[in-house]
Amino acid sequence: MTLQLICFYAFAAVMVASALAVVTVRNTVHAVLFLVLTFFTAAATWILAEAEFLGIALIVVYVGAVMVLFLFVVMMLDIKPESMREGFIRFLPVGVVVAAVMLVEMLGLIGVKAMAAKQMPADPAVADGVAQNTAWLGKALYTQFLLPFEIAALILTVALVAAVALTHRKRTGVKTQKPGEQVRVMREDRIRIVKMAAETPTNPTTGESA
Amino acid sequence: MTTISLTDLYTLIPESFLTLAICFILLFDQFLKPAQRNVTHYLSIATLAVTAWLVTRHYGDATAFGGMFVHDGIADALKLFVLLTTALVFVYARSYLADRGLYVGEYYVLCLFAVLGMMFLVSAGSLVIVYLGLELLALSSYALVALNRDSPLSSEGAMKYFVLGALASGMLLYGMSMVYGATGTLDLNKIHAASVAATQPTLLLFGVVFIVVGIAFKFGAAPFHMWLPDVYQGAPTAVTVFIGSAPKLAAFGMAYRLLESGLGGAGPHWQQMLAALAVASLAIGNIAAIMQSNLKRMLAYSTISHVGFLFLGLVNGAPSGYAAAMFYAISYALMAAVAFGMILLLSRAGFEAEEIEDFKGLNQRAPWYAFLMSLTMFSLAGVPPLFGFFGKLLVLKAAVDSGHVWLAIVGAVFAIVGIYYYLRVVKVMYFDDADDATPLAAPSDAPMRWVISVNALALLVLGLTWGPLYAWCARSFGIS
Repeated sequence: MTLQLICFYAFAAVMVASALAVVTVRNTVHAVLFLVLTFFTAAATWILAEAEFLGIALIVVYVGAVMVLFLFVVMMLDIKPESMREGFIRFLPVGVVVAAVMLVEMLGLIGVKAMAAKQMPADPAVADGVAQNTAWLGKALYTQFLLPFEIAALILTVALVAAVALTHRKRTGVKTQKPGEQVRVMREDRIRIVKMAAETPTNPTTGESA
Repeated sequence: MTTISLTDLYTLIPESFLTLAICFILLFDQFLKPAQRNVTHYLSIATLAVTAWLVTRHYGDATAFGGMFVHDGIADALKLFVLLTTALVFVYARSYLADRGLYVGEYYVLCLFAVLGMMFLVSAGSLVIVYLGLELLALSSYALVALNRDSPLSSEGAMKYFVLGALASGMLLYGMSMVYGATGTLDLNKIHAASVAATQPTLLLFGVVFIVVGIAFKFGAAPFHMWLPDVYQGAPTAVTVFIGSAPKLAAFGMAYRLLESGLGGAGPHWQQMLAALAVASLAIGNIAAIMQSNLKRMLAYSTISHVGFLFLGLVNGAPSGYAAAMFYAISYALMAAVAFGMILLLSRAGFEAEEIEDFKGLNQRAPWYAFLMSLTMFSLAGVPPLFGFFGKLLVLKAAVDSGHVWLAIVGAVFAIVGIYYYLRVVKVMYFDDADDATPLAAPSDAPMRWVISVNALALLVLGLTWGPLYAWCARSFGIS
């Protein structure tokens, strides 16, 4: 047993255990943290399989960004663990059926894959004499896949334009500060001096003017 | 590893120009006052014209970026008609948009992005480009449908379109991943070679099923048509006229690239699937259209039936069949542009002429437009000697040629069912009395009046002289 295989089994065991924990622990915050652990060990197995880029992307994108967002949402929601358990027995038969169907489908898929006579092509990074997966991906992205890369950039631009077009609107009746106008204000705009005759106080008891 | 040279970029001149022009319009529009929006309008039409000129400028088949981008006669013909149809859409849409406060630069930018997506889609030489072109088209379309945010109907349509479109993309991607698994390549030419040579194609066929489902979703073929009526009805009519016309040409291009250029070796299998989809589309489209009272909804169901006819050409699986299907797609795009354009023409501020009732007694109020509308309806129904008739004739002939006589019979029967609801619109216009018999004021938008008249009369002219157009389609597919 090589070191690599030992590492793989260790990571895989942690991954399966934490994945189980995600669906079994009572506290939702703990469940999210276990999901982070699952992703982390999955990334480790990918790096073990010499797909460093995928592993790093998983950590940076999922663990770093998506799961933090997830954690925020979960902490904001007030979920009572007891209410989550309701109807467990009632929905059990449906759950078992769904799980069984998924198991059969997955096994079927693995069977179909085994049927395919074609061998997957060898790792192109090794074939091209580039040792690192990330370096090869970067090179391929800017040479062989330059056109798809540019079209993907256009798609992101469309997403940007669409988001602005659908959400940006001129709101009327909103009271916001306008610093420019506030600074430019003159004394005459705010104060009006009125010339008027001085009033003579009246005597409250007699009603006559003094 | 492939090297990129300047000749690769030379092949992409029309697309590059369009991309730069879109970026320019997007920025330039921000500096315009709402009253100056016409500048964006004419700039967009000029962009389409210049792009079309650049497409016609370069001859000769070529591939670029290591076979990812294919430039051939088929792509050129489809691109030209996509550009033409979009220009028609822009002309028809202007006054409608202006009346409803939707006359914004984003409409033009999103439509042009969709056009760019379609141009990549019809030129795709790799599964990656097919998917990215499709997403560029689809994302722009989702946003366009939702452009009128204050209308609940629009938002509902956009939501359905988005969710089902995402599902369809997922199906397509799943199918593509299976095909990649079976052949080990993303290049359509290599997939073609592998699909012809495949001795044990189980995994490949598994992928083909999902790809056909994805294509059917995008076309709106029954039973994957659920989104279509709601989207057509919910979208602002100026958007419906766009998504109802040009993308059908692109969808044909996508089907051709994926099924023939890519999976040609699995032809006998996907032809059976398309035949089943064609029968379902013809039946559901034509029968459901009879019950509609909303013209946009009726035209949506009629689209489904037209997709059924288009599939009859694809079922043929030979160049003559593809040429017939392409001819059909072109004729449908031009007919749909007039039909939805008519709704735009008769709509005014605060009034949508989208119920069939709204066309009551149109002959008493505006005889010329009633004539143009009936011309369009006859053409959609497939009455000789109009454009639509020859499209139907060619696809039925293609189905018979490939030995699917029963399919041609089904098509002919449902074409007759279809005549009923098209003629109902004509009957309403000519034989019912208008609620308000005052002559309709001529629309103030003069370019629209002229262009829609020319477009409708073109259905008659192209019907009488359909030979050159069909010859062009046939030539694209290498039939002399």
